[in-house]
Amino acid sequence: MMILKRFFFSLVVLYLVAPLVIITGVSLNAQKRLFFPPQGLSLRWYFEFFSQAEWYLPALRSLSIAGLAALIAMSIALPLAYTVWRYDIKLARMLYFLGLAPFALPPVITALGALALWIVLQSFGKPYTVVLSHAAFLVTLPLATISLGLQSMNAESIEAATTLGADNSTVFRTIVFPYIRPYMMAGFVFAFVLSLNEYIIAFMVAGFTVETLPIKIFNSLRYGYTPVMASVSVIFFLLATLLFGLIGKFGDLPKLLGADSSSD
Amino acid sequence: MNHPSYGKPKNRWPYFLLTYPAIMILLLFFVPLCIMFALSFFKRIQSAFFEPAFVFENYVRAFSTFFLQRIGVSLWVAAVAAFICLLIAFPFTFFLSRLRRSRQVPYLVLLISILSLSEVIIAFSWSLLLSKTSGISNLLVALKLLDAPVSWAPGFVAMLSALVYISLPLAIIVLYPSLSRLDVSLTEAATTLGASPIVSFFNVVLPNVRQALLTTFILVFIFVLGSYLIPQVLGRPEHWTLPVHITDQALLKSNMPLAAALAMLLLIASAGLSLLTLRLGRSQL
Repeated sequence: MMILKRFFFSLVVLYLVAPLVIITGVSLNAQKRLFFPPQGLSLRWYFEFFSQAEWYLPALRSLSIAGLAALIAMSIALPLAYTVWRYDIKLARMLYFLGLAPFALPPVITALGALALWIVLQSFGKPYTVVLSHAAFLVTLPLATISLGLQSMNAESIEAATTLGADNSTVFRTIVFPYIRPYMMAGFVFAFVLSLNEYIIAFMVAGFTVETLPIKIFNSLRYGYTPVMASVSVIFFLLATLLFGLIGKFGDLPKLLGADSSSD
Repeated sequence: MNHPSYGKPKNRWPYFLLTYPAIMILLLFFVPLCIMFALSFFKRIQSAFFEPAFVFENYVRAFSTFFLQRIGVSLWVAAVAAFICLLIAFPFTFFLSRLRRSRQVPYLVLLISILSLSEVIIAFSWSLLLSKTSGISNLLVALKLLDAPVSWAPGFVAMLSALVYISLPLAIIVLYPSLSRLDVSLTEAATTLGASPIVSFFNVVLPNVRQALLTTFILVFIFVLGSYLIPQVLGRPEHWTLPVHITDQALLKSNMPLAAALAMLLLIASAGLSLLTLRLGRSQL
């Protein structure tokens, strides 16, 4: 039974890792061919990514879109999550529900809605439309993590502070904010990484004018494969692993994902 | 809510706090859906996007044999992928949640990293994995299980493998909370009382997580229903899911009204299913 369990577990991990191993191998090819195992080892496709404008410009574009979108998502989520937690207001609960909704729907719906909005506002194809539409789509993530943080807060410490005469803003500044900061960080990272990888919304609202990295990869997939695509994919995966790894190291990832906080 | 003085606001300050989130969420998410709804009744005009009208012809076309077949394929693909996904995710998550906390973290990091990976990258890496030049068939040739390397993509199985791959981390992460909160002493008690692990699994574990399984199935189902790039890269045109056709109508055929009508059907189906999961979640408590 034990062996069977181990075998199954390893098999699934192998399934999860196999495509990553292949792209890593392909990215190390010495020639402009997509061989696995790679023929000759070289890092030239990584240098190519950092030196060729057709690759690093979309990457920079994606990074700035993701940074801004995650910041805006956070700025929407923080006051909303706080008001829902602090006050009994129907409007706040309704907005909270709407803020979580994008993740319960196939992204193509949000994408088409965004396209329709920007056509009506006559801003179709402008770079800022991607930032705003991403922010609205990804608001779910900081909203969920911040709410989780607020809900796991110890009520007694707030009560004590209030009894001792602290007003709302003092309580927020000295107790609530420091406590939820790691949850805000986690929400920001989730939103950032997802925006970086998002394809369909970016493609719908500004696919023909703003080439983000996922769009660039898909275009290369159609019009000629190159090992740079593999090196970019590896860099993306490593970046995500690094960021989530940091959350795992400094935060409580199992708790953030909803495991009980009591056991070891 | 666990805030000690949770209650009705005493002044206008909270409403002031809500103004900005309200404007952003309503303008950027709710209003677009309303525009889309209106659009689905508009008339398409050649050489421009659309013209205000109130016609049902977009819905009539959305319910034509062609699109009904596309919808059928999408639902079928999503159901098969979600089922396979759950079959793998359930035992895997169960074993994962029994590991020590610190040993779970690397696996969780791997799972979230894959989950956040662009569908483009996943589609690309699977097309390599199944290709003639760099795919696993080379490995099988090296192991003398196959005579010559072959290409396994595009095709239904190729598409399905990648769809299960991309949704597996989601399924695991959604199942994770309820499985890691599952009381182990229950299974231990059953085993002490003489039940075999398999019997205790079916009689003790399964009834406790049935609802979580159903919720996960629905979420993965919606997730696969929304897949856009994998069917294009790894499937044949007859396997294309609804989002591919919606995007195709909106951008390449400039038929926004029809795209909106199709998106409305998708919206109703997935919103219905999502609300069902909320219901399930509530009855579980």
